[in-house]
Amino acid sequence: MEINPAFFYIFAGLAIAFSLLVVIKKSAIASAFNLVCVFFSFAGIYAMMDAHLIAAIQIIVYAGAVMVLFLFVIMLLNADNAAFDMHPIGRGKRLVSASFVVVMAGMFIWVFKNTTYLGPISNFSNANVEAAGGNTQVLSELMFSEYILPFELTSVLLLAAIIGTIAIAKRKKPAALLNGGSAAKGGNAQ
Amino acid sequence: MNYVQPWVILAFSAIIFFIGFAGILVRRNILVVLMCIELMLNAANLTFVTFSKQLHHMGGQMSVFFIITVAAAESAIGLGLVVAMFRTLRSVDTDDIQLLRE
Repeated sequence: MEINPAFFYIFAGLAIAFSLLVVIKKSAIASAFNLVCVFFSFAGIYAMMDAHLIAAIQIIVYAGAVMVLFLFVIMLLNADNAAFDMHPIGRGKRLVSASFVVVMAGMFIWVFKNTTYLGPISNFSNANVEAAGGNTQVLSELMFSEYILPFELTSVLLLAAIIGTIAIAKRKKPAALLNGGSAAKGGNAQ
Repeated sequence: MNYVQPWVILAFSAIIFFIGFAGILVRRNILVVLMCIELMLNAANLTFVTFSKQLHHMGGQMSVFFIITVAAAESAIGLGLVVAMFRTLRSVDTDDIQLLRE
């Protein structure tokens, strides 16, 4: 990858540090703000790898929309509530899960290090993309030609998500209130 | 030397993925568990972009676009579920989820 190693290591270190803080911090608000920092570090790495559209979407959708949604729900549920004081899991369980995770990550890194990577399989090289008008234009043209069917299906998915969220989060009327309402209506009719 | 080996970036995304996985194993606040799922999805996105750059193929970046859409929908529904759970249980502790009905 033709990217600046110094900036890559800075962003990678920041992302690892902040994602560790997401896991370690006791308060959900602190975790949410650390997650925003992780998202910004990822956006920086995407921008360095010439994925400009993905970097912009990362900031707008993740650091903007998703995190606002998270913070809104945390505030809505009242962060100072006693229900947020978790009883932490036991030291033994924590040790077992930490060592499992370290072993798995080590295995993945070993596999990634000892794999031979394929060369280019298509002609979207850096120079070609620049000549065709840049990353955003090339990606947008692909989105509305080759990938038009998944793009349209995305709108169906979002519609389903909207309806599902409303159906799940809608406050159901208590049964007593419903019965009372119908009884009152019956009383009026008589 | 203006070059980073592809495996370094993939190893970095594996580390982030497993930090998120550790969070799901260790934490009991369901909001933090949802945040860790977002971390894991981000690590997967970085893998897609790395291979897109390595193979000179735009399919990887298109996949990231769709994954971000699905992740946004997923977090909206997940947080709706958290609100519904808090309304019935008065708690966001994953250990309190034991019944399938109210």
